[in-house]
Amino acid sequence: MQAFLLRRLLQAIAVLLGVTIITFILLHLLPGGPAKAALGLRANKAQIAAFDIKFGLLQPLPVQYVDWVNQLLHGNLGFSYKLNQSVDSLLSENVPRTLALVGVSTALAIMVAIPAGVYQAVRRNKPEDYVLTGFSFIFYSMPSFFLGTILIILLSQVLPFFPPLGPTATSPLWQQIPNLVLPVLTLTLITIALFSRYMRSSVLENLVQDYVRTADSKGVSRRVILFRHVLPNAMLPIVTLIGLSLPGILSGALIVESVFNYPGMGLLFWNAAQTEDFPVMLGTTIVVGVAVVIGSLLADILYAVFDPRIRYS
Amino acid sequence: MTGGIPIEPPRSLGAESAADAGEIHSSGGAFRLAVAVFTENRLALVGLFVVAFFILFCFVGPVLYHTNQVQTRLGIENEGPSLHHPLGTDTVGYDLLGRLMVGGQTTLVVGLVVSLLATSMGVAWGAIAGFAGGLVDGVMMRAVDALLAIPTLFLLLFLSSIFSPSEPLLIVVIASVAWLVPSRLVRAETLSLKTRNFVEAAQGQGAGPLRIIFRHVIPNVFGTVAVNSTFQVADAVLAVTSLSFLGLGIPPPAANWGGMLSDGVNYVYSGYWWQIWPAGVCIVLVVVAFNFIGDGLRDAFEVRLQRR
Repeated sequence: MQAFLLRRLLQAIAVLLGVTIITFILLHLLPGGPAKAALGLRANKAQIAAFDIKFGLLQPLPVQYVDWVNQLLHGNLGFSYKLNQSVDSLLSENVPRTLALVGVSTALAIMVAIPAGVYQAVRRNKPEDYVLTGFSFIFYSMPSFFLGTILIILLSQVLPFFPPLGPTATSPLWQQIPNLVLPVLTLTLITIALFSRYMRSSVLENLVQDYVRTADSKGVSRRVILFRHVLPNAMLPIVTLIGLSLPGILSGALIVESVFNYPGMGLLFWNAAQTEDFPVMLGTTIVVGVAVVIGSLLADILYAVFDPRIRYS
Repeated sequence: MTGGIPIEPPRSLGAESAADAGEIHSSGGAFRLAVAVFTENRLALVGLFVVAFFILFCFVGPVLYHTNQVQTRLGIENEGPSLHHPLGTDTVGYDLLGRLMVGGQTTLVVGLVVSLLATSMGVAWGAIAGFAGGLVDGVMMRAVDALLAIPTLFLLLFLSSIFSPSEPLLIVVIASVAWLVPSRLVRAETLSLKTRNFVEAAQGQGAGPLRIIFRHVIPNVFGTVAVNSTFQVADAVLAVTSLSFLGLGIPPPAANWGGMLSDGVNYVYSGYWWQIWPAGVCIVLVVVAFNFIGDGLRDAFEVRLQRR
């Protein structure tokens, strides 16, 4: 167990280093390099030269990289000249709102996907299974913003239940529950589509295991077999699944935030991409990358904690 | 739940079809068996027909149905479906049926070329990493992990905001994110192939690493790669669609389904429903179709491997 955790931790650190290197490369891929990233693409040569000298950009790249990582470790993610605000403070405003969106949607998706997957596995290759599979295929194949638009048409225009716009940044989220419904619903449906096919095959795999046959031959009722034996085992991989799906869910959140004007990290990133506000884009990329690496590390650790086969090996 | 739990081992779709197909084509080769399994999978066949239909629709359609997709015609903008314009017109007066055909060309070409590029890159990277092993493998695969840690859309937005978008550039940008998954799959298969007898035998006879990769590893990962490349087309179509919505897709006047859909979505409050649904439905149909084909191919290749 300890060896596994240590190896996994070292791997995560290597990947984190990789994320910083990729972001550093992106920074230098920009036409004009970091100076233009900070000052904007229209900065003139004199401004760039002054900036380069001031921030040590004439030093060799490895030295610059170490300096830059050092800044990151001290929590300095850069400064947005466009918004006249530090990237840290921008992110600390927007990340919690994205966490709320992603957290609630993922939790709801799990609550739907697990029963749906069990039901599909039990009724496999029957009409009910085909209908559910069909729906998850369609949601999976639908551009997220198209799904969001359909929900706006259905639940805001045809049936005027919910406002078509997400919450605003000026008051706390819990005071704007109606505005949260459509963004959360959209992201939940996307996430269910990611999860449910996996859940179905996970239950199916467990139904053929020896322990099920043993329990059956001992005369254990089918209900008990399903809920006491199969379900806990089938749910185990969902921990890993959440870890693995995190990048996909965050990409989905970016689209959902753009559709509903939901003031989160994705919208911040999208606005930055349109205004060429590169410090914000770089800072967000780092934060998202770190979140994903930590998320998948946690998922693997949890999996090891829950699954004795890994704990004792 | 009253229907009871199927306690008997549920045979996978592939296994079921294998038994049936085996009886019918017992003398056939592995390839014919795979074809038989694929054609027995009705969803895969439906997928194949849908793709064939859209290829005809997009590439032959414009020959039969002439429309002007270059000059805007502001006199006839935002017209609903009529005999003259079966799917209506858009906000600058383009005929939407004609635009759907031309736009589909771009979307399909982007999807297919991205899949081809990403798959080749992924196969090369994965085969080299898996075959080299050790430190080289570690570094190469941690690079893949790190790129995978940054959500696709963030990377795509970043890259397309640095490089101003055009169709070829967009293909390169999407492919530069899409090759990661195949590289992982190929690397895993290469690791297990490396220890197999036939590879060791080839090495014993003095075959170099390149010969082993090209003659022994790549032919054996073909199944996995073919299945994945089908899914790649679907993902690339979705990626280029999302980028269009985010304003970093292929710039007008070139048409593509993603651009048409996101234009339509912008006018959702004006009630121009005919500007939303056709492109949206086409995208969903094509993506579902490629996913069905991928599933069918997976079953077919599984059977082939089982028969070996």
